[in-house]
Amino acid sequence: MSATSESLGLEGAIPLSYQGPAPTRVVAGFGFWLFLLSDIILFSVLFAAYAVLSSASAGGPTGAELFDKRHVFLETLCLLTSSVTCGFGSLAVARTDGRAMFVWMVATLVLGATFLGMEVTEFSGMVAAGAGPSHSAFLSAFFALVGTHGLHVGLGLVWLVIMLLQVKTFGFHPMVARRFFCFGLFWHALDIVWIGVFSIVYLGAH
Amino acid sequence: MQSSAPAQGHAPGVATRTGHLGRSYLIGLGFALVLTVASFWASSTPLVYPRALPILIAVLAVAQMGVHVSFFLHISSAPDQTNNLLALAFGVFITALVVFGSLLIMSNLNHNMVSMDQLMQMQR
Repeated sequence: MSATSESLGLEGAIPLSYQGPAPTRVVAGFGFWLFLLSDIILFSVLFAAYAVLSSASAGGPTGAELFDKRHVFLETLCLLTSSVTCGFGSLAVARTDGRAMFVWMVATLVLGATFLGMEVTEFSGMVAAGAGPSHSAFLSAFFALVGTHGLHVGLGLVWLVIMLLQVKTFGFHPMVARRFFCFGLFWHALDIVWIGVFSIVYLGAH
Repeated sequence: MQSSAPAQGHAPGVATRTGHLGRSYLIGLGFALVLTVASFWASSTPLVYPRALPILIAVLAVAQMGVHVSFFLHISSAPDQTNNLLALAFGVFITALVVFGSLLIMSNLNHNMVSMDQLMQMQR
């Protein structure tokens, strides 16, 4: 346990070059963290495109006419709550508590699916009203940005189902725990991207 | 837990003392809820001066991102987190460069562009 080396005050005493390679969990976590940052840079490009094109509505409907803030607020609550339940689920994985893990992760799954369902409803309503991605540059940028986020959430849900099956099959093997841990990071990062989406796209609509 | 090689760095998302983690998610949820409600409220109330609204929403969004990073992802300025924090700083730098750079270049191009009426007259 880390408590022993900390209480002995050895933390700074051993030079970094003498300590050997870092444990797999740290390396995997750091590598996945770098992936997430590159994913956020991908989103930054879509955000930049949206910011440039947001007023190019080609005489069609503008954001202020299309967006329903109440709907977006409920979506935001779903995703925020699912981030917290995912956090509690990760804690349950860390203490290998299968029952709590299952409850929290299924809650995450349901909330994430609710979010995705609400987004699909919104998109299909917009397309049905003639405000599809081909209507204007503004709508192309909107569907590219929000759609990419939705795609990430959808893939995250598939990943979560796979992880639940892996826990069922392999138990709390360190490999499974590591993957679960990366899933948690992924889910929290998606929630951070969503803050940008609702602030810039929905609340900044004009 | 096997994540405890002290000075070799820490994976993001792992806090040193696991007992405090559950509370950290709840505190984070509280802050995030307050900030979310504040930004939705600010965007729909007539009380806020309209031209200041984008700045207010941006400030609230950055604050909420900070809450998520520190309370959910558990990134901190602790010495064993230097790698994570540096990577984050680089990511934020590139993001700012892409977004503000695009806006600057495109508004400059837009400013320099000949308007459609003038273009029609030149072709006549």
